[in-house]
Amino acid sequence: MEMHAQTLTELAAGLEKGDFTSLELTQALLDRIAAHNDKLNAFITVTADEALAAATRADTARSKGGGGVLNGLPIIHKDIFCTRGIKTTCGSKMLDNFISPYDATVVERLADAGAVVLGKANMDEFAMGSSNETSYFGPVRNPWNLECSPGGSSGGSSASVAARFAPAATGTDTGGSIRQPAALTGTVGIKPTYGRVSRYGMIAFASSLDQAGVITRSSEDAARLLGVMAGFDERDSTSIDQPVPDYLAGIAHSIKGLRVGIVREHFDAGLEEETGKKVKEAIAVLKALGATTVEVSLPNLNLSVPTYYVVAPAECSSNLSRFDGVRFGYRAENAEDLLDLYCRSRGEGFGDEVKRRIMTGTYVLSAGYYDAYYLKAQRVRKLIADDFRKAFAEVDVIAGPTAPSPAFKLGDKVDDPIQMYLNDIYTIGANLAGLPAMSVPCGFVDKLPVGLHLVGAHFDEETLLRCAHQYQQETDWHTACPEAFK
Amino acid sequence: MSVAGWEVVIGLEIHTQLATKSKIFSGSSTAYGSEPNTQANLVDLGYPGVLPVLNKEVVRMATMFALAVNATVARRSVFARKNYFYPDLPKGYQISQLELPIVEHGEMFITDADGNEKRIGITRAHLEEDAGKSIHEGLAEFSGIDLNRAGTPLLEIVSEPDLRSAKEAVAYMKKIHTLVRYLGISDGNMQEGSFRCDANVSVRPIGQEKLGTRAELKNLNSFRFIEKAINLEVERQIELIEDGGQVVQETRLYDSDKDETRSMRSKEEANDYRYFPDPDLLPIEISDEFIEAVRKTMPELPAAKQTRFVDEYGLKVDDAGILTSSRPLADYFELVAAASDSTAQLAANWVIGDLAGALNRDGLDIGDSKISAAELAGLVNRIHDNTISGKIAKQVFEAMWDGQGSAAEIIEAKGLTQITDNSALEFVVDKVIAENPGQVAEYRAGKDKLIGFFVGKVMQETKGQANPGQVNQILIDKLKA
Repeated sequence: MEMHAQTLTELAAGLEKGDFTSLELTQALLDRIAAHNDKLNAFITVTADEALAAATRADTARSKGGGGVLNGLPIIHKDIFCTRGIKTTCGSKMLDNFISPYDATVVERLADAGAVVLGKANMDEFAMGSSNETSYFGPVRNPWNLECSPGGSSGGSSASVAARFAPAATGTDTGGSIRQPAALTGTVGIKPTYGRVSRYGMIAFASSLDQAGVITRSSEDAARLLGVMAGFDERDSTSIDQPVPDYLAGIAHSIKGLRVGIVREHFDAGLEEETGKKVKEAIAVLKALGATTVEVSLPNLNLSVPTYYVVAPAECSSNLSRFDGVRFGYRAENAEDLLDLYCRSRGEGFGDEVKRRIMTGTYVLSAGYYDAYYLKAQRVRKLIADDFRKAFAEVDVIAGPTAPSPAFKLGDKVDDPIQMYLNDIYTIGANLAGLPAMSVPCGFVDKLPVGLHLVGAHFDEETLLRCAHQYQQETDWHTACPEAFK
Repeated sequence: MSVAGWEVVIGLEIHTQLATKSKIFSGSSTAYGSEPNTQANLVDLGYPGVLPVLNKEVVRMATMFALAVNATVARRSVFARKNYFYPDLPKGYQISQLELPIVEHGEMFITDADGNEKRIGITRAHLEEDAGKSIHEGLAEFSGIDLNRAGTPLLEIVSEPDLRSAKEAVAYMKKIHTLVRYLGISDGNMQEGSFRCDANVSVRPIGQEKLGTRAELKNLNSFRFIEKAINLEVERQIELIEDGGQVVQETRLYDSDKDETRSMRSKEEANDYRYFPDPDLLPIEISDEFIEAVRKTMPELPAAKQTRFVDEYGLKVDDAGILTSSRPLADYFELVAAASDSTAQLAANWVIGDLAGALNRDGLDIGDSKISAAELAGLVNRIHDNTISGKIAKQVFEAMWDGQGSAAEIIEAKGLTQITDNSALEFVVDKVIAENPGQVAEYRAGKDKLIGFFVGKVMQETKGQANPGQVNQILIDKLKA
């Protein structure tokens, strides 16, 4: 099998056996990116020189019997993670000139384990979007159909992994931004429990919801990477000091007796029919593997999208205040005074969706509206979290659709924010409740991939990964490759 | 100014810089006076992706303060973001506490104009980060930003509107100032801005229950300015109302050069700070065990120390008050008292008198005193054992301050030992009597007051070294003869 077609696990074995070197692998993937990225626009920055240098270091380490658990394995970082000495844009004109002086914890941990970074993936501006169309650097295209969106905000990551530019990419998920792109590109995406992976160095969108994760082609690969990324970080006060289990060892166990929750409301009118069928077929596979299904109720789940669109904009309106043209990033020229500098730097540096959310967030936090919007949303958020807590008293995972339909055409929803927001209707609940969740490929509708969504209990990524891995032992949807990228 | 008929109502918000080595949410140093922006790391600069991590030392310090003012330590307090744009505020928000502050319901006692003890309620005290500074001098058409101070921990202490005059406000602020330095939680340096306050000032006709509309006076950084600014503001408000006008709620700035307060912004122009809980920080949870552990480290507080000085050393109440106004001064006094054979009051007199005067003259703190407590005790002991008189002691003190040696060395070197030998003194007295026959005649004719003249002459002859009591006796004996 050609190198690019292999999973991270397979490539690790190849490097170990000496079938190829990291330098050869890295060069092959860089060549592939150079040849095909124009079709997808998946990258904001390709870091060829740094990647080749890192690959050489990895090969040297291996020749001396050293190197970390990811030694020499190529990955891509979403451009939301700060990378020292490398442009870190967050998909925005605001940071088009920003060279980060430091590495995010996620970047540092993966680098310490020997991973080779091929570049920085395109994304929705400041991770605000579900189609990758809000990027200042232009939309990313879906490898399965170039007219379609690869999802967002981690669209560059999902498209890259689907197109075999790299076996894995990091992503972030504030309201489905790892899982929805994974579903729309036929890849595996996992958002761990809030607090499982450090947010240090990950440019903040909505701090109480943001969580870093990975997009891969197999659950096994996701387990391998997550094991490196996860764990307490004293630089992030919200990261949680809990031991990280051996995810790779955990996935091998059977799911016999696993209690799978099914939420009836997930299969209501909003779900496209064929997508629903694929998801039900996937659940049938889980049953065939020995799992049992239990109907569970999440009565407040229908409030998750409106709740999210109060909480996330509120936090973003504050988080994005630091982009003021004073210390870094875009600065408007010839400002007349301080106010003019602020207004024009932000007016010219941010795109429409970002501005829309800053305005929404400013509004819901304003005197006289705070109680009616922000406080109420926080109360509903607690109700939603309580619903999940009750459900997890009876089940081990909750299964359903990741997105209501397969990939939509670029431009289709760009003028209708509400339709765009509804694409995250099934994923947002996990963010509001801080739960781990993942998307796994489970079939095709009109030659476009569909994702099975699995949500787990707090800090139980292990069960999610095991369930997904066992499913992938029985199915091969995740091995399908878009024709143009074989 | 016509204050008659009016009641003044004042509440203070005191900003105390906590004496931590590093900032409240980053590892940068808090040292004062470094080159601009050399003590600002990526967290202080508000770089993309960085996160705040609480310096736990501030929790300990706030807890100490709470215990010292009989306040409640919140078992759970929450940091909130106060959002506004300003170049010296790198993140576009200040991390502070709003709804759930760490300290609530405290009290402080002051002495009012009638000499009675008066309780001033402390509504709350909350933790927050300081902003940076804008620099306008020497930069032509630009403004500079120095973020060294950004992220410095502050404890904002908010009083109830219990203060009734500028004098009370100053007395209260001085009490808090003494306290925070006692606790070691702030250096209290007002020149460097470590201790400053905003004053909420209103007036109402005596007997009226409803509070008048208040004005907030910003950034008062000396006791003198606080008193002046409040008095000016009270005068302005009373005049305004008596002329048929109305006080508007606004923020005013005191200009010490022009000696006036002027409007900064009205309520309408005030920012909507859009406070909300900071999602980057967990609530501060404080256990009973933690509070008890902090309680064990509490030093003796000023009021208790003052009482003890009166009881244990027999000092005058006022002197005990002065000596306990700072912990180093009180400690210094106790060392002098312990090493002295004299009464503690004599030791106290020297500490409060000549020593304090010399420190003040040279602009030094007690910690920088050129005379150690042991050395000062040496001087006091020479007075006590009659080696020198109090008057000569002043001379010896100055020489000690000049670094000329210990009291004993200086007395020896300068031959200042008091003359107590009767025959030597009689010799001088005889000489003075012989040289001043006119005065002798007058004295003998009944002008008793002239005894002072003779004593002065003897002291002059002996360069002050004669024992004045002894001289007096010898003179009387000889003149009457």
